[in-house]
Amino acid sequence: MDLTTLIFGRLTLESFPIHEPILVATFAIVVLGGGAVLGAITYYKMWGYLWREWFTSIDHKKIGVMYVVLALIMLLRGFADALMMRLQQAMASGGGEGYLNAHHYDQIFTAHGVIMIFFVAMPLVTGLINLVVPLQIGARDVAFPFLNNFSFWMTTAGAILVMISLFVGEFAQTGWLAYPPLSGADYSPGVGVDYYIWALQIAGIGTLLSGINLVVTIVKMRAPGMTLMKMPIFVWTALCTNILITAIFPVLTATLALLTLDRYAGTNFFTNDLGGNPMMYVNLIWIWGHPEVYVLILPAFGIFSEVVATYSGKRLFGYTSMVYATLVITILSWLVWLHHFFTMGAGASVNSFFGITTMIISIPTGAKLFNWLFTMYRGRIRFDTPMLWTIGFMITFTIGGMTGVLLAVPPADFVLHNSLFLIAHFHNVIIGGVLFGLFAGIVYWFPKAFGFKLDEWWGKVSFWCWLIGFYLAFMPLYVLGLMGVTRRISQFEDTSLHWYFVVAGIGALFILAGILAFIIQLYVSFKNREALRDTTGDPWNGRTLEWSTSSPPPAYNFAFTPVVHELDAWWDMKRRGYQRPVSGFAPIHMPRNTGTGVILGGLSVALGFGLIWHMWLLAGVVFVAMIAVTIWHTFDYDRDFHIPADTVTVAEDARTQLLAARGV
Amino acid sequence: MAHTVASPDSGKDVEFYVRPGAHDDGHGHDADGGTMLGFWLYLMSDCLIFAVLFATHAVVGRSYAAGPSPADLFDLKLILISTFMLLFSSITYGFAMLEMEKNRLRPTIVWLAVTFFFGACFLGLELYEFSHLIHEGATPQRSAFLSSFFTLVGTHGLHVTVGMVWMIVLGVQLWQRGLIAENKRRLLCLSMFWHFLDVVWIGVFSFVYLMGVLP
Repeated sequence: MDLTTLIFGRLTLESFPIHEPILVATFAIVVLGGGAVLGAITYYKMWGYLWREWFTSIDHKKIGVMYVVLALIMLLRGFADALMMRLQQAMASGGGEGYLNAHHYDQIFTAHGVIMIFFVAMPLVTGLINLVVPLQIGARDVAFPFLNNFSFWMTTAGAILVMISLFVGEFAQTGWLAYPPLSGADYSPGVGVDYYIWALQIAGIGTLLSGINLVVTIVKMRAPGMTLMKMPIFVWTALCTNILITAIFPVLTATLALLTLDRYAGTNFFTNDLGGNPMMYVNLIWIWGHPEVYVLILPAFGIFSEVVATYSGKRLFGYTSMVYATLVITILSWLVWLHHFFTMGAGASVNSFFGITTMIISIPTGAKLFNWLFTMYRGRIRFDTPMLWTIGFMITFTIGGMTGVLLAVPPADFVLHNSLFLIAHFHNVIIGGVLFGLFAGIVYWFPKAFGFKLDEWWGKVSFWCWLIGFYLAFMPLYVLGLMGVTRRISQFEDTSLHWYFVVAGIGALFILAGILAFIIQLYVSFKNREALRDTTGDPWNGRTLEWSTSSPPPAYNFAFTPVVHELDAWWDMKRRGYQRPVSGFAPIHMPRNTGTGVILGGLSVALGFGLIWHMWLLAGVVFVAMIAVTIWHTFDYDRDFHIPADTVTVAEDARTQLLAARGV
Repeated sequence: MAHTVASPDSGKDVEFYVRPGAHDDGHGHDADGGTMLGFWLYLMSDCLIFAVLFATHAVVGRSYAAGPSPADLFDLKLILISTFMLLFSSITYGFAMLEMEKNRLRPTIVWLAVTFFFGACFLGLELYEFSHLIHEGATPQRSAFLSSFFTLVGTHGLHVTVGMVWMIVLGVQLWQRGLIAENKRRLLCLSMFWHFLDVVWIGVFSFVYLMGVLP
């Protein structure tokens, strides 16, 4: 091994895709845009502020916001991929070749799936849970604040690796789950699958640790009096989601590790030779993958439950049944993985078992829908943006649920397997369920995080564009799928289906308008933030504890830990004439900020990059450095401090004056 | 002590928040219990990694690809010795914890060192076994059975290595700061980790080695 290989591994000048004009243009835009942002931060001398107040922060609220920011940035990338696919298919289905070659197109659909699930939906879910759950249970932070910061930076490190793959080398061309033998060393000798593996492994560590962290937070740190059946429903769904994360992400880690060994060490787990078994990978990855979609949807159900109760001015209908439905879904989600590959040929009895368990999931889900409907029944409904997302969800998700039951019938699945019908189905539930829920959550909790509400008009524009865009983009795919068009196709022989793809492309443009409207909404709201300011801490006449503190909450969340007597604790407090304490504040014990998470995240990017490109020297040095930093961190025993009573008094007095000015 | 407010409709006084007092220092949570639960959850997630590796071994454990089988390869006497090394190390870790309970620093560290020694013996025997197998041509690349064998046993060995590094670090920290609450908590976590590895090894010994050599 000569020195160049030792240092640069497989990386050569040819690794940079300078022959792809689209990528070069994108690179130029990213450099200019990124340069402008970095320049602005430097010009306004914001680096110190960002480092002290955000990057090294162990405040769950700030980490939650950072997760959401990461997710929104990645949403732009993931959606750009979607737009490119729609454009390619709209062009190519008319008889041309389109503008993307197969190599590029295959990377795009893989990156789209990976980014949307791992780096948009997951960080949005984790971010909102981080932001809201400690406030809803009356806690001051999560159980392991440093771990929380570390988890965020590991997720970000994974996202950075995916972004690097755009300009250095290539991304996987295997589809978002990278089935072998296609993803094995024989058929994917390039760096694409390695980017995939290491991005997901690094982000996966973050997700697993944050899952454990939040389970412990919810189990151990609830305010006095908040028994399990007095927890807000969002906390319940967050608990189930994080239990699922803790139970499934190790499976993903192990499965990807075996694929890594196949690729790096030449083992034979998933090869076609020497006793390997590719279907074993497919089973393992879906044992992770199916519960994963419930990881995403359960918190969305929780958000809808909070929104429906708040904007209907009523207690949630059937709280207990909602909790049990959530638990049943959690358990059933482990028992359905095989429905992703009925065509494997496991036999009639196995397929029937998994078909039936899949159909059974629609029962607790249906119960939830009726609960939301009955909550609205005779409620004093306010049609604010979060409520619009909720109603849009209830209709759209019902359609998605029904096509799901259709696909759960094994004989029907044999026809529809791998078709655009399947694509339409899961976008139907992921967009109509998860994404609508997360947008509802963002609008609903935005004033809590930042102290001002979002602009209603642009919010409604965004909602309608998304809703119309979704139906235009995906209803044609149902029809196309029924007619037999398979997924992941970039070239077409039959031009008779052209107009379906054109309509789908127009739908994607509507969704683009929805995303732009959301960005405008953020900008307009920031500009009008004084007019939109929430001085009460309770802008929506809320029901749960997060609305009892100020917006944004102080670092310590609650000057005094609340005591809970009933479900909807804050509603109960308001109803019974709760008086906010204005004196007698004491010092508050809080964890201290640390830069270790950022350092380990940065080292993870370098380690991943070294392993992807076979730069063994870099990988080795960074690996040793990571262990050294970790051990060094354990020698720091001075991890907390007290916020002095004076500081608490100043913050609380300011709030007292604000409330008095409003005559509250 | 709790602040009370007259409630308009219940007619009795209701507490709505906790004032900081002797019981609650304002930290708002029970830090030690949280760490134990969190570490336990981590161990269970780690257990699932092993579950995947065991399941994989169940699927491909007999896929020899016309290569060597467990009966050809395994020296059960050697494995029995290394199993006892690991079991002894769990006992000696238990002795370390007993000394910790009595707040005796030096014996705690000594028993940790003994544990480390047995762990090192186990690891040495494992490395010897691996090099022997590879020398005989039974490499991880030879067949799916051997891929799975090396990965499962090697992952366990990697965990033992991590545990031993942790033991050194914790030994230094004990030496520096003594048996303070943080260090006791860390000793307890490492204890759970070490015994967990023992339990996994029982599975490896029975499932991979003993059942492997059956016809």
